[in-house]
Amino acid sequence: MSIVVDKSGPFTHAPNSVQQTMTLVLAALVPATLFDAWLFGWPAIFLFVFTVAACMGIEAFCLKIQNRPLTSLSDGSAALTGWLLAMSLPPWTPWWVALIGAVFAICLAKHLFGGLGQNVFNPAMVGRIAVLVSFPVQMTAFVAPHPLFAAASPDFAQSLAIFIHGFDLDTISAASALGFVKTELSRGIAVSESVGKVPSVTDMLLGLHPGSFGETSAVLILAGGLFLLAKRIISWHIPVTVLGTLFLFGTVFSAVDPARYTSGVFQVVSGASFLGAFFIATDYVTSPVSKQGQLVYGFGVGALTWLIRTYAGYPEGMAFAVLLMNALTPIIDQYIRPRAFGRTRKGEPLPLLKGDK
Amino acid sequence: MKLFPIRGGIHPDYRKEATSEKAIVALPLPARLYLPVQQHMGAPASVVVEVGAQVKKGQLLARGQGAVSAPVHAPASGTVIAIGEMTAPHPSGLPQLTITLETNGKDEWAELPAPIADPFAATPAQIKERVAASGIVGMGGATFPSAVKLGLGGQYKLEILLLNGAECEPYLTCDDRVMREYADEVVDGARIMAHALGAPKIVIAIEENKPQALEIMTKAASAFANIEVGGVPVQYPMGAERHLTQAITGRETPARKLTADVGVVVHNVATARAVHNAVRFGRPLTSRVVTVSGGAIAEPKNVEVPVGTKVSELIAFCGGLAKEAKRFVNGGPMMGQPLPSLDVPVVKGTSGILALTAGEANEHATQPCIRCGTCVTICPCGLVPVQMAAFIRHDKLDKASELGLMDCVSCGSCSYICPSGLPLVHYFNYAKGALNAADRDRRKQEQTKALVEARAARLERQAEAKRQAALAAAAARKAQSENPDANKANA
Repeated sequence: MSIVVDKSGPFTHAPNSVQQTMTLVLAALVPATLFDAWLFGWPAIFLFVFTVAACMGIEAFCLKIQNRPLTSLSDGSAALTGWLLAMSLPPWTPWWVALIGAVFAICLAKHLFGGLGQNVFNPAMVGRIAVLVSFPVQMTAFVAPHPLFAAASPDFAQSLAIFIHGFDLDTISAASALGFVKTELSRGIAVSESVGKVPSVTDMLLGLHPGSFGETSAVLILAGGLFLLAKRIISWHIPVTVLGTLFLFGTVFSAVDPARYTSGVFQVVSGASFLGAFFIATDYVTSPVSKQGQLVYGFGVGALTWLIRTYAGYPEGMAFAVLLMNALTPIIDQYIRPRAFGRTRKGEPLPLLKGDK
Repeated sequence: MKLFPIRGGIHPDYRKEATSEKAIVALPLPARLYLPVQQHMGAPASVVVEVGAQVKKGQLLARGQGAVSAPVHAPASGTVIAIGEMTAPHPSGLPQLTITLETNGKDEWAELPAPIADPFAATPAQIKERVAASGIVGMGGATFPSAVKLGLGGQYKLEILLLNGAECEPYLTCDDRVMREYADEVVDGARIMAHALGAPKIVIAIEENKPQALEIMTKAASAFANIEVGGVPVQYPMGAERHLTQAITGRETPARKLTADVGVVVHNVATARAVHNAVRFGRPLTSRVVTVSGGAIAEPKNVEVPVGTKVSELIAFCGGLAKEAKRFVNGGPMMGQPLPSLDVPVVKGTSGILALTAGEANEHATQPCIRCGTCVTICPCGLVPVQMAAFIRHDKLDKASELGLMDCVSCGSCSYICPSGLPLVHYFNYAKGALNAADRDRRKQEQTKALVEARAARLERQAEAKRQAALAAAAARKAQSENPDANKANA
């Protein structure tokens, strides 16, 4: 009896897969997503469902025209991209903005680079940035919380109208905390004064404040992030360095000039800090593979986010910071590698200690 | 005992419970044994018997040749009925010179070398000679001739003989059973080896998932002050020579060096038992304990098997296959080799025969790499498998080599953990083979070139010598014709 020998060992495999990884990440996003679906009501729910569906549909289209098997849709990567894109959009964004974002994310950022695993830039963030620079008005039109079933909230029909046509920006829109502070600063009002008018740190942590669809509740995002840490899908290296750097820069600079710079705590709890640190910057494909490299990358994301928030034209900098560090990832991977067993950092064999001979 | 952490590693499903409580049973002597002349690393042994020869148990059949080799002995008495090529227990499935022995069931011992009465009074050279003559090789699976390793004491100042009872491969329990059932023999063998090596201290390292072995070995070693028995964490590949050395001593063996360079020599526990038998009784290595396991095997067992037994007979002894097997493995599931056929013989390095079901093998179609970096985190050698594999896929083997491909020990951790199911170690083994082949080719070419150049130089020298001779002759003729008398006078 002869046996076909078609592979070398090992002849057993861990019970993990790409699908499982993606599914766990999606599961970790569920609490924050449900909370914000409640907080921002039907328009946000339409947006979320539409964005995820659009990304999966476009993924299917891209696979089809490349004659790739549609079964790879089940790896969950397109659904995750759509989910993260939806979470990074203002909650009452109209459908066509989301659709354009989805096309940029899946076609341009992912499939033009070669599909899953080949993209240099985080697809969801490419989608977000593309629509942010194209439609700055819609993309900075945040709303105050309009919880489901509350009296002041739009009903189903009104919500559909908002989703299709957009809403009246002058009457309803509210600024995010980062946006408010930035605008006030440009009007000459000191940061130390304007931060008194933004939602309290408790509300920011819980998520009861204007912001992008998925980013408002720091606590629930943290819960999801801790779940991923416990499941060993992500490690502490990127989240801790991103948040740590933001906190450090905020704390140091606000200590020097509180009228000009927001505090470390404010930097960490506002905007996309938690969502970015735990779910965006930790994207496997576009972050460094070594732990040492991840520390450098996380520091870069945190520092660039702070710089953009503080000095650039946009109030939020997380997406830009992630894309900029994505561009550096191949270089980080090239120069930062673990030390090999029995070798020095430079790759030379370790010297024999005296007396060992 | 103070332990030192080792980098990375994985925690596979060990599945040792199928055989860990199964005491070693002896296989009834098969009617025929098939003995390849190369069951070890190094040069094949040369056959010293002829077809038709009557041999007794323990008699030399093939003599080791060269510095790194090992002899082959008859595992039973009987008749040599064939010496020819047979499929080797190697993934290539290529044939190899094999001695076929028809056993007569009498189990008569040949005249064995006399026991060494007091091995500790013997010289290291005597022990080494006995181990070499007994055909003992590393029984953990590496099959490096043990005598060569015992000779390291002459070149290095050794401090520790590290006896490897880690048995970190899933399924395998043969070392566990040997330690539990033959503890005194293992300890005695270890003491003899330490004497031969000139190593003052012995450490016996056992993974903590074998508490009975730990207890029994601790007791067996308690009479000797220089032996320490220590539990090491359950972490694959703890049993890798360099990693075990680091875990026990904290010393990191430099790349391209031996553990002996840091004062440590590692031997397997089953090897120690074989040394005990060779030195105390003069018995050569002709049988070994094999774990027969895997979900497809009807009755998994630990079996003392005469070397040369066909794998199919061994599986039949364990009740045959109860389920369909997806993979047949020679050794453990992590670093074992695929069996090319079930008609190949058990050899000295066969620690396990596994018949794994599709569920156990858990193979699924490969997906694109998502750069999760888990392979980087768990690589016990500190390499970057994801990048090496990418280079190999693009046929840039030199680039992969620069990243440390040749430092890879093929432990299989990266392939095991890869969520995309990429056969990373398969790439590395391919690339190592291709680079080694290229290296051989290059050396051969250089040799040919040197020979061609030498020939050209020789021809040139010869031509030059002829020219000189012709000139000299012409000059002589000229001189003679000018002055014939002078020449006569000289004559």
